[in-house]
Amino acid sequence: MFQLQFAPALAETPALLRGFWLTIELTVAAILLGGALGLAAAMARNMGPRFVRWLVSAYVELIRNTPFLVQLYIVFFGLPSVGVRVSAIQASIIAMTINLGAYAAEIFRAGIESIHRSQIEAGASLALTRPQILVHVILAPAVSKVWPSLVSQFILIMLTSSVCSFVSVEELSGAAATIQSATFRSFEVYIIVGAVYLGFAILLKSALASVGERLFRRPGTAPRKAKLAAEPGGLR
Amino acid sequence: MIRPFGSDEILFLFEAARWTSVLSLAALALGGLFGLAVALARVSVSNVLRTAASGYITVVQGIPVLILLFLAYYGLSTMGFDLPPLIAASLSLGIYASGYLGDIWRGAIESVALQQWEASASLALTRGQQYRYVIIPQSVRIALPPTVGFLVQLIKNTSIVSIVGVVELTRAGQLVNNATFEPFPVFLSVAAIYFIICYPLSLIARRLEAQFNAYRAG
Repeated sequence: MFQLQFAPALAETPALLRGFWLTIELTVAAILLGGALGLAAAMARNMGPRFVRWLVSAYVELIRNTPFLVQLYIVFFGLPSVGVRVSAIQASIIAMTINLGAYAAEIFRAGIESIHRSQIEAGASLALTRPQILVHVILAPAVSKVWPSLVSQFILIMLTSSVCSFVSVEELSGAAATIQSATFRSFEVYIIVGAVYLGFAILLKSALASVGERLFRRPGTAPRKAKLAAEPGGLR
Repeated sequence: MIRPFGSDEILFLFEAARWTSVLSLAALALGGLFGLAVALARVSVSNVLRTAASGYITVVQGIPVLILLFLAYYGLSTMGFDLPPLIAASLSLGIYASGYLGDIWRGAIESVALQQWEASASLALTRGQQYRYVIIPQSVRIALPPTVGFLVQLIKNTSIVSIVGVVELTRAGQLVNNATFEPFPVFLSVAAIYFIICYPLSLIARRLEAQFNAYRAG
């Protein structure tokens, strides 16, 4: 009769924690860099000259219709073959950034397109400068509208970081692979690692949701919940 | 000996792409079956079923496909089932698909107006008949675009099973690369084949979505 034994796997907790920390670092790097790339690409696609628009949509379609693993291999094996040296971690960050950038660009685009022309005209009639219109009238409301989709995409790139173990990055999944080959307790190791990913995904989701709430609160307005409480019965 | 990357190698890649298709279809069939059960449980009148289904969706969507694959692969073998990697791969991709399809289809079922339920109940249809004749036909139209969109994700994620030795497209690319040492042309060809499979599906998904929006607006 088969029995689960977690002790050998749990003895390797320091290695698992090191792997988890690397997963966090990869995720944060990808979210910051990929988010910025996505925003830049979306703006270029909406406002750039025709050639740039075509280029950006080609980038988005190529990335969204090919697997992350193949993209990672192209960066990790391809770049050194033309003389550009990259470490496994650098290759992972590059691939994750390029991958997330394409998905984020599509999400940001939807947000920017949802801003009605009249909003921009209203901004202009209030004598806002063009950069002010871009930031306060177009980008801030656009990003706040698509924030939930962005958060889902950020969670997905965190889960995708597990694939970086294919090029020997010792993030959480890579650490798990090493531990399972040393302890022969593969099933238990992957149950633990699965639970860590699940916990991190849930945590990241709620953390990013509250970041969104803080980030996009209009100046001078109270948070929605507090406002409801202030009105007796929630009715006017 | 280092081989050049030529037409034989390209042919090998295309042949391996068949396994990518087989895996995708098997996962779609399994995931569709489980996913429908998850979606129906998620909107069931039973509290227990609803909670269980929502927990299942959270768990599957919160764990990387790679870990699901290892759990199926090592879990089954430690429990004494000595299954070929292809079966473990299809099973784990099917579980992965069921978590997402279940969620997509739950949304589609919930988006059918409540009055449809009331009207069909007033016609004395049983719950099964309500689903069969009233709710499912209407939700299919809503569910189709995101389902096709998810199929693209599923096809791309079959690349991950290359790690348990299934020679699908990505694994074939690795093998060819090991023999030719020409990573750029090899993996660009692999990416191109995925693109040929996935891009038409993406276009179909987008078109279905536009049609659905036009239908709703009109």
